[in-house]
Amino acid sequence: MLQVSIYRYNPETDAEPRMEEFQVDTGGKDVMVLDVLEQIKAEQDSSVTYRRSCREGVCGSDGLNMNGKNGLACITPLSEAVKGNKLVIRPLPGLPVIRDLVVDMSLFYQQYEKVQPYLQNNTPAPAIERLQSPEDRDKLDGLYECILCACCSTSCPSFWWNPDRFIGPAGLLQAYRFLADSRDTATEERLAKLDDPFSVFRCHGIQNCVNVCPKGLNPTRAIGHIRNMLLSRAA
Amino acid sequence: MVTAVTSLGRSGLSDWLLQRVSAVVLLAWFLVIGWVVATGIDYAGWQALFATAWMRIFTLLAVLSLAAHAWIGMWSVLTDYLTERLMGSKGNVLRIGLQLCISLLLFIYVIWGVQILWGN
Repeated sequence: MLQVSIYRYNPETDAEPRMEEFQVDTGGKDVMVLDVLEQIKAEQDSSVTYRRSCREGVCGSDGLNMNGKNGLACITPLSEAVKGNKLVIRPLPGLPVIRDLVVDMSLFYQQYEKVQPYLQNNTPAPAIERLQSPEDRDKLDGLYECILCACCSTSCPSFWWNPDRFIGPAGLLQAYRFLADSRDTATEERLAKLDDPFSVFRCHGIQNCVNVCPKGLNPTRAIGHIRNMLLSRAA
Repeated sequence: MVTAVTSLGRSGLSDWLLQRVSAVVLLAWFLVIGWVVATGIDYAGWQALFATAWMRIFTLLAVLSLAAHAWIGMWSVLTDYLTERLMGSKGNVLRIGLQLCISLLLFIYVIWGVQILWGN
């Protein structure tokens, strides 16, 4: 029997959060952490609350902290998360808890909004489409795949302390996705908004974001590219 | 754009650059001092070394680098842990008070350093 410890908190009835213990029989199968949660919800306590949708690592809904490491519950097998037959599941750290494993992502989205994550091009639109060479398109690989699950930003101490001022790895990865896009013409305006001591430069390169990204992306490298762009613009 | 008036250069990029350049200067200074000490030096040799203009200028550069490096570094630490977000308005009072103390200490170090290097 797998020992599962789940963070429980209902602001309407609980004075403070608590950890609740469950025993789960997985039949010896190496299922995903999400399957364990589903099993608990179906068989033991239907009030256990969490977000989930596609259950295959595409929607980014079930970002959780499993045995101390952020990840998507739906694509994290027990063999990867469980240590010593024990699984501790907590909500993503650093964001306000709405209930149990569901966090309020407002601050995360505010930072995402700041980087204006959409293509900006004020030149007249061509008849069919804005063309891009295969080489320029290649520059977007490793940037566009982000699913905004918030695993990276909520594993970043700089984001924990300054979630209102530091854009965080997820937002900065998207900032660079549009800085690197050959079809975007707002590069100068974008860079001008990033040259303060918090937005980009609160990153100290500890690479927690790289360590947890379920899509294998590298926000630290993107932040380095932004810094180099700022440097060559101002130096 | 986030405004921050208490950081050293106001711009994140200039602070970041200064932090790296000052780190290189400090490393170079400590390597020189380490090499001098490791190869053996007596009091007269030490005095003769610090009587040369290049060593005095190099040391002053290291002291100024230390001041800039410490200002930027301590500002980063304080704006992480002593903030209005974490502690309410008390955080601002505590942080700005501590920052003033650090600035004063660094100012004293610089003046004291000049006095040691060019005094007598």
